[in-house]
Amino acid sequence: MADTSPRTDVSTDDDTDHPDLGSEGALVNTAASDSSDRSKGKMDQKTLRRLAQNREAARKSRLRKKAYVQQLENSRLKLTQLEQELQRARQQGVFISGTGDQAHSTGGNGALAFDAEHSRWLEEKNKQMNELRSALNAHAGDSELRIIVDGVMAHYEELFRIKSNAAKNDVFHLLSGMWKTPAERCFLWLGGFRSSELLKLLANQLEPMTERQLMGINNLQQTSQQAEDALSQGMESLQQSLADTLSSGTLGSSSSGNVASYMGQMAMAMGKLGTLEGFIRQADNLRLQTLQQMIRVLTTRQSARALLAIHDYFSRLRALSSLWLARPRE
Amino acid sequence: MERIRDLSSKKAAVIFTKSSCCMCHSIKTLFYELGASPAIHELDKDPEGREMERALRALGSSNPAVPAVFVGGRYIGSAKDIISFHVDGSLKQMLKDAKAIWL
Repeated sequence: MADTSPRTDVSTDDDTDHPDLGSEGALVNTAASDSSDRSKGKMDQKTLRRLAQNREAARKSRLRKKAYVQQLENSRLKLTQLEQELQRARQQGVFISGTGDQAHSTGGNGALAFDAEHSRWLEEKNKQMNELRSALNAHAGDSELRIIVDGVMAHYEELFRIKSNAAKNDVFHLLSGMWKTPAERCFLWLGGFRSSELLKLLANQLEPMTERQLMGINNLQQTSQQAEDALSQGMESLQQSLADTLSSGTLGSSSSGNVASYMGQMAMAMGKLGTLEGFIRQADNLRLQTLQQMIRVLTTRQSARALLAIHDYFSRLRALSSLWLARPRE
Repeated sequence: MERIRDLSSKKAAVIFTKSSCCMCHSIKTLFYELGASPAIHELDKDPEGREMERALRALGSSNPAVPAVFVGGRYIGSAKDIISFHVDGSLKQMLKDAKAIWL
């Protein structure tokens, strides 16, 4: 028995201060001193078994430690990778929203998919706009400009289609504007821009306009503002009725036997939340209709300039946002 | 259907709504802003509301049943149509033609 275990020899030589066993932890030392108390130089079966168990425990502990360190190392690599991805995405102007939000929203993947789709849309838009800019600078003919303008309008329709699909999935993500830069978010109305505000910006840039065009754009600015106000009023009534629904029956109602009424209340509130999607859809419909009407009022060349001016405005707003985020802070 | 035809032709502008419908609230607001004072019929307050809702749904095909807007006794559409007609100026013209507004 003694010759099968390499440790036995060592412990008979010196059992109180054992360098090998000592490195394996306190348990081992206790076991070693135990054995020295009982009978010097001799180890019974029990002690041997205990020593073997200790060695096994120490071996497992070392393995666990090794696995743990490996895991840490993997996490570190993953983190570096994520940081690099985030950096790349930032450079491309993509906004990645907080993971916390997405974990909580049911359409977490939908939100991510929409963000990706939207950044692709933006990329395509940049290309179109570069084309439009060079065509304008090269004094291209109306027919050539018309084709590009129609392309841009079709691209806007595509955006509203993408948004409508995304709203079915995660209406709060769209309303939050987390897919836009912070500065754009500051001007957000019902998940997008206010057409009436854009028209105000354009007025100076489209000179010279005929009397008729001037009136057309002014009218359009007014009608889109009226429609925006009307939709905002509807949203207010939605909030009010949601608050009324949620607060009804919370006072004085006994805690027991009200599960059914609580569930009924929640079902009603859910129904009301469901109409949020309709508001986003109508707001986008308003945006599209306003752009289309603007183009009907303007000449082809003016339309091209207007679309470019709108595009440049949003580009600058996004650039401003990046500068603001990167500003030095004390 | 009979009752809808009846009610919708009694005034130049008529809107069928539900008291709980917030988009209806938006469309009503828009009409008031334009200076029209449409007759409002809330389906959930009408004893024949259910039948009327069914008839309106059939009328608007893909549209929701409410809001349902009639101008000059003619069905114009729901929220989407109203916003579109408002932006291109044709809603105002329809309201003028039906003598719901004068200016």
